Amino acid sequence: MSDMRFTTDHEYIRIDGENGIIGVTNFAQEQLGDIVFVELPEVGKRIAKGEQLATVESVKAASEVFSPVSGEVVEANAALEENPATVNEDPLGAGWFVKLRLTNEGELSGLMDEAAYEAHLRSL
Amino acid sequence: MTAPAPAPAKIPLDALHRRLGARMVPFAGYEMPLHYPPGIVAEHLHTREKAGLFDISHMGQAILAGAGATRLLETLCPADLIELAPERNRYTQLLNEAGGVLDDLMVTRLPGRDERLFLVVNAATKAVDFALLQEKLPQLSLHVQKTRAMLALQGPRAVDALQALLPGVEELGFMEWQAFDYEGAGFYVTRSGYTGEDGFEISLPESKAEGFALRLLENPDVAPIGLGARDSLRLEAGLCLYGHDLDPGIDPVEAGLSFSIGKRRRIEGGFPGFERIRDALQNGPPRRRVGLLPQGKAPIREGAFLLDAGGAEVGSITSGGFSPSLSRPIAMGYVARGAATTGNALHADLRGRLVELSVVPLPFVPHRYVRH
Repeated sequence: MSDMRFTTDHEYIRIDGENGIIGVTNFAQEQLGDIVFVELPEVGKRIAKGEQLATVESVKAASEVFSPVSGEVVEANAALEENPATVNEDPLGAGWFVKLRLTNEGELSGLMDEAAYEAHLRSL
Repeated sequence: MTAPAPAPAKIPLDALHRRLGARMVPFAGYEMPLHYPPGIVAEHLHTREKAGLFDISHMGQAILAGAGATRLLETLCPADLIELAPERNRYTQLLNEAGGVLDDLMVTRLPGRDERLFLVVNAATKAVDFALLQEKLPQLSLHVQKTRAMLALQGPRAVDALQALLPGVEELGFMEWQAFDYEGAGFYVTRSGYTGEDGFEISLPESKAEGFALRLLENPDVAPIGLGARDSLRLEAGLCLYGHDLDPGIDPVEAGLSFSIGKRRRIEGGFPGFERIRDALQNGPPRRRVGLLPQGKAPIREGAFLLDAGGAEVGSITSGGFSPSLSRPIAMGYVARGAATTGNALHADLRGRLVELSVVPLPFVPHRYVRH
């Protein structure tokens, strides 16, 4: 998992060449509870680092997901429309949200690696 | 300057909830279980299929006693309480001078020669309610039950699970009350609840709460259920949540609670806001609470404004969420009279796009109360 980076808000990005696959961590899905709907951005949308990327609706409430980096949406995980609970079941795998083409790879250095994220979780 | 919020109080079963893995959240001044490890959807469905055990010890319990207690409480509530038979339970509301709802509550007439009413009120409003009762009815005594816990057992298997511990509860009909002796302690049981299912609410001494809850949980049909599923269950059942679907600006008629206004009282009045309520009963209220089915899969939450076909605002959502039983979003809200017809299409703004909602009758999931 050395190709993964994390935000303090519990988003992750898995780097795959010039693209990054973004989702929320296992900690985040546990906090959110049963996810019943995920609103994803349109393909082609340009999103700045820290801007809202998606909205996750659990039974209780809506939560915003922010983009860890700047980029252009090249793919949104359409399977979540039918099965939003995939985010609960496999957040780091099939429960991904969006594939972004990174427009500023330098932003990755500001994110936590897995060890730093684990330490962050322990500090909460 | 805002005063710091007082630390949440502990309910008697706090330690048990934590041992059961509950996620505890602040609610109405208490730390309450939001859900347990199975999660809200699983807990919700378990209650509809088997039996769910809810800790509702945060709610207020009191005994209002004294000569003329029923007649005097009628000066604050629109229910017919004089005709309420002993060991019967009734749903009513405390009203303000404008006929708005200060709180909704359950009233049981206790047996015995003296007039005694057992009241169960909402957690967030209990201090205000009890102060109001003492101020308005000084000739009565109000005994707040500070050392009693309260559990609700709800669902189709609730009766089997409870009668194994309290034989005789199966004889109760909907909205009937009975006192039981359990290990020498007085347990007050009503066949009622707030999920739309058959079930019971049990008032018991704090000292017995954990032992009794554990006995119930030994039954494989019984699972602990948190506030999250309590909310989705009551929304499916089309029941009002105080502070959301009811508040001091809303009267019981527009809230769809006319069933709880006594027939005699509709003529005689004698409760706060009678003129407004009589007018609403006779001519129809200017707005009313309706069920709403949003198109698509995104829940539409409380506070969303409702628009008619021409884009004019005609109301707003007061409870909105996801229905685990129907696997789709559902909502309730208040809608102007002309827009409240079943089948009417309204719209709400969801993050910048308009979602269509159709007006539907309540409840979303049929009630399964047991009437003997």
